[in-house]
Amino acid sequence: MEHLIEFKDIYKIYQMGEETVHALDGVDLTIDQGEFVAIVGQSGSGKSTAMNIIGCLDVPTSGTYHLGGIDVSTMEDDQQAEIRNKMLGFIFQQYNLIPKLNVQENVELPLLYAGVSAEERHERAIRSLERVGLADKRKNLPSQLSGGQQQRVSIARALAGNPSVILADEPTGALDSRTGREVLSFLQKLNAEGDTVVLITHDNSIAVKAKRIVRLQDGRIIYDGDSQDPQAVVQPEETGAADEDDGFAALLVEEVGE
Amino acid sequence: MNFGQSFRLAVKSLMTSKMRSLLTMLGIIIGVAAVIIITSLGNGMQNYMNDQFEEMGSNLVQAQVYLTGSSLDVKADDMYALVEKYPQYLSGVTPYNSIQGTVRQGSDEFKRTSVYGVGETFYNVNKNTIMTGSSLGKGRFLSYVDVEREMAVCVIGSYLEQEAFGGDALGKTLTVSGAPFTVVGVLDQSGDSSEGSSDDCIYIPYTQANRLGGSQWYVLYMFTSTDRSTAAAAKGIVENRLFKAYHDTDYYVVLTSAEMMDAMDSMVNLLMAILTLIAAISLLVGGIGIMNIMLVSVTERTREIGIRKSLGAKGRDIRSQFIIEAGTTSAIGGGIGIVLGIIMANAITNVIALVLGTGNDGFVAMPTLQGIAVAFGVSVAIGILFGYLPANKAAKLNPIDALRYD
Repeated sequence: MEHLIEFKDIYKIYQMGEETVHALDGVDLTIDQGEFVAIVGQSGSGKSTAMNIIGCLDVPTSGTYHLGGIDVSTMEDDQQAEIRNKMLGFIFQQYNLIPKLNVQENVELPLLYAGVSAEERHERAIRSLERVGLADKRKNLPSQLSGGQQQRVSIARALAGNPSVILADEPTGALDSRTGREVLSFLQKLNAEGDTVVLITHDNSIAVKAKRIVRLQDGRIIYDGDSQDPQAVVQPEETGAADEDDGFAALLVEEVGE
Repeated sequence: MNFGQSFRLAVKSLMTSKMRSLLTMLGIIIGVAAVIIITSLGNGMQNYMNDQFEEMGSNLVQAQVYLTGSSLDVKADDMYALVEKYPQYLSGVTPYNSIQGTVRQGSDEFKRTSVYGVGETFYNVNKNTIMTGSSLGKGRFLSYVDVEREMAVCVIGSYLEQEAFGGDALGKTLTVSGAPFTVVGVLDQSGDSSEGSSDDCIYIPYTQANRLGGSQWYVLYMFTSTDRSTAAAAKGIVENRLFKAYHDTDYYVVLTSAEMMDAMDSMVNLLMAILTLIAAISLLVGGIGIMNIMLVSVTERTREIGIRKSLGAKGRDIRSQFIIEAGTTSAIGGGIGIVLGIIMANAITNVIALVLGTGNDGFVAMPTLQGIAVAFGVSVAIGILFGYLPANKAAKLNPIDALRYD
């Protein structure tokens, strides 16, 4: 059977001045339709790089990546944009709603870029907002909503394009624990309804909500299996070799931690 | 992507920072307003001149002949003979000599009064008008006999009748350079009846004028062609005759009124083109202002660009969004500039009417539809042109970096 996501010997190598950094160091990974996978790792583990490549925001230095059977590892920017538009739904830590647009316009954005007609856009945006229970707020600006509500709008936006993969990057990072739990249970519900969800996090307590955990360290997979396995949540030893690529993520993790 | 949404977004972001938007558009507003004002003035001037020419008639052919003082010189009778010889092209001719002479009536002196020596054909009996368009109000015009016998009679303008004779001039006498002339006719008011205007004039027989004028170095002949369409042929006939006399084209200039009009028009057009070009520099400066603010806007909205790209916006979607925004900014600026320009042109019309006292039928600075369209088109084009660089910068942003931008 064909895998939805298939990494074959993926390397991502950055040149930081004199130093060569292997953000991903030969990763093989497959994710199938309907899975709920958490990619876990500390800052510098390469999880953000993995998420960028899965999300078609970046291309690997070497290796191949097939998404839905299509080789996307060597695509040009605009081709990647089309793949993102059609096959991926992003949920970000900072919600990333456009402040000038109201809730419905935000949700319609991926459909707008897909060239969907105005009428159908409205319809699908409202349906998507109904799924997250925010249809009544559709004329509000993001700034008029709470953090949890904003994150639900961004989920509605991710769903609107009817993507193959929902890619959630630290979706609870900016939320209090109760709202965070709500968002996670919503992702579980989406998965139960058949959506494929890939969650990127540094937090074990969040990762265990997924069905499967893929743990990265220094650009390599050190665990890949059931999230209920006790081995899945064993913290690896501190290596101290922080990956420059994930420096920013590390910063966010610290901020959130406080 | 969708033009409508880009346009709405652009208007929205313009409205959120009104002061900044206004300052951004200022260069375009001033440039477009200046272009509109200049083209309006040019158009008004052209219309005004054309009206003057229309009054005079479109079938006039003017011959300016330089006098050599020798026997070569063409005489008025030669010109009359020409009209008789070619009745199918020429319907009349009159000398038309402006002379220097002081006009006196009693103790009053009229220094600015224009004195012209003309023939009886200067007056068109059927239309009751003279060649400059004024109509005869009272009395009669100069007759063939007046000219032939060098009678001391004259026809005067309405201003002179009012000022010199208190509104009743017929049969009374005034002097031109000391020589007495009896008023036989008075023209209707054609200008604003002020000193030095077209109503401040005297027409005397050219035969008299030749004596009074002294050493003239040229004479003017006004021919009328049978029709507007025969004007060019009539011109050729006059030129041929003059060439036969002088064997040198340097001694005369023959122009049809259409040519005179064209010459004036092209002069005005050239002047307008130069002024418009200068005004257009302001448009260029305005364009640079837009580019500057768009570059700032792209930086400010880096994160938005990242979000849009992550949702599937292609380079060209982002590019067109920013280009539409720049185009909208300059188009709105252009619109404001057009309105401002039209208001200013109207104000100038009123000021000129006030200063010259010509009222509403004088000079009107009229914006042309073409001028407005071009000004608007150019302002939009400038927005697009100068918006391209910032828009391209936005389109080329890396989505990962843009998403992380704070």
